[in-house]
Amino acid sequence: MSTEMLTHRDERIKSESFATKLMKRPELGAIGGVVLVTLFFLATADRTMFTLSGIMNFMTPAAQLGILGIAAAMLMIGGEFDLSIGSMVAFAGMLFGAFTVNVGMPLILAIPLTLLLAAALGAANGLIVIRTGLPSFIVTLAGLFILRGATLVGLKILTGGATQLRGIREAIGEDFLAPIFSGDAFGFLFRWLAEAGLVDSFKSGVPKVPGIPVEIIWFVLFALAATYVLLRTPIGNWIFATGGDANAAQNSGVPVRNVRITLFMLTAVAAALVAIITVMDAGSTDARRGFMKEFEAIITAVIGGCLLTGGYGSAIGAFFGAIIFGMVTIGLTYTKFDQDWFQIFLGGMLLLAVIFNNIIRRRVTGER
Amino acid sequence: MTTPIIHMENIKKHYGNVIALNGVTFDLMPGECHCLLGDNGAGKSTFIKTMSGVHQPTEGSITFEGKPLSFESPRDAMEAGIATVFQDLAMIPLMSVTRNFFMGREPAKGWGPFKRFDIDKANEITMAEMRKMGINLRAPDQAVGTLSGGERQTVAIARAVYFGAKVLILDEPTSALGVRQTSNVLATINRVRSQGIGVVFISHNVRHAMAVGDRFTVLNRGQTLGTARKGDINAAQLQDLMAGGQELAVLEGSLGGTI
Repeated sequence: MSTEMLTHRDERIKSESFATKLMKRPELGAIGGVVLVTLFFLATADRTMFTLSGIMNFMTPAAQLGILGIAAAMLMIGGEFDLSIGSMVAFAGMLFGAFTVNVGMPLILAIPLTLLLAAALGAANGLIVIRTGLPSFIVTLAGLFILRGATLVGLKILTGGATQLRGIREAIGEDFLAPIFSGDAFGFLFRWLAEAGLVDSFKSGVPKVPGIPVEIIWFVLFALAATYVLLRTPIGNWIFATGGDANAAQNSGVPVRNVRITLFMLTAVAAALVAIITVMDAGSTDARRGFMKEFEAIITAVIGGCLLTGGYGSAIGAFFGAIIFGMVTIGLTYTKFDQDWFQIFLGGMLLLAVIFNNIIRRRVTGER
Repeated sequence: MTTPIIHMENIKKHYGNVIALNGVTFDLMPGECHCLLGDNGAGKSTFIKTMSGVHQPTEGSITFEGKPLSFESPRDAMEAGIATVFQDLAMIPLMSVTRNFFMGREPAKGWGPFKRFDIDKANEITMAEMRKMGINLRAPDQAVGTLSGGERQTVAIARAVYFGAKVLILDEPTSALGVRQTSNVLATINRVRSQGIGVVFISHNVRHAMAVGDRFTVLNRGQTLGTARKGDINAAQLQDLMAGGQELAVLEGSLGGTI
């Protein structure tokens, strides 16, 4: 192919430098951001931040947000927003609590049922957006309030007046599915490494980091799967096409409606997954769970290179966007700065990312 | 003489009490470029939308390859081999040429839920098909947004041809193009025609139509004003037909033949 291309090269096209090619990747901004943030904390933070336990410390919230952020990124590439995902985390958490505590279901029933109900609600969001032709922004904003309110009311009914549902850990007990959704994975590996003296351990020989928190595993797997779907499957092409120009996609035979509904279901299921993981971890669920997560997820996606107008973005970008988020939230506690700088930092990042993405888009499309 | 690929007889289309088409007859031979001319509001768009399955005619019959046919949807028409390149081209500027080329019809490899988009094969086909049309892409992952209007038009045509179009409907392909790009698109139409594909070329530019057309049908106020073969009619006569005659003849005098 390369020889062919050389012989046919158009004399009016300048050859691109490696840097220009790199500039055209949507995830570049996020990777650059990770590098910058890492350098910042290497300079200012306590050295324990970049030890194994420090990394697990900031990767855990990054993973919880990242699962939402990757789903939000895929939906955004498809040209829609979902502002109800934060409330969906709370609502799914309540459902899961009700199934395990109030009904007493084993996880093998409670988890699929929670995911299924969340998917149905996501599909409802999608159907309303498609049927009414209203912007998804407004439809899911309604969802934000409805689900949050339903969680409050539901929890009060379930608990007889409280907004927190306890006793989930006791209800689950030693369920065989529990290790997949809570606790730490690869514990054996870390014990082995501790014995070999490769990782820090307490005097008793127990490693300081007992394993990789499962949400990090879910996060990495989800990022890989989403990237594969986006870049290497027909469905990925449909998602880009739907977000790029729904009309053109429709005329070319892309099932635009189904793509949209599936993406809304995906964000809802991602929210439910985060709910299950965090509720099992905490042992209880409350009405404030997932508060503001919808905005954080969208920020993650935007830092990851997604255009607000759809049709462009990357799951890997959102992956790094979430890591930036985790590093900044947790990292500030390792520094002398007041932790409340976090929001200022975040807003600044968002603004920079949007400006940067806009420039990138002009470069990609060759707009002048 | 061979039989026409598509024959549309006495097509009428009413929207409520508005008569958009009032008995249009049109046919297309393989390897022919049949120009459909008419001023704005003449019914060109309604007519091609009927041909491409977007609208169902109120009255009249469509014969496709000798068989009577009625298209329920654009999809039916596409599957039968009628491809339409609308003015918006159905192209997405942010996506690569390859991704646009195969949009909705991606070649897949593998089985079941693990089917993957065979991007190498798709890239190869795109480069080859574009070269056949006389365009050398820098790279198949070049975004469509970086192509010129004429090149985009050519991608859309190449895509239709690659996916087995027997009839190619081009809706004003040259209306927004510069001189050089127009001649490229006209050359592409010529290439497509020589492969035995019937081309319906919609335009209101008589000169562009005269350059590639074999036959010319003029629509005015929802009716056919007549069909002429190349050589039986000249540009000025065509122009007169399109505009409905009189006023333009007067205007043309004062403008010195610049229209």
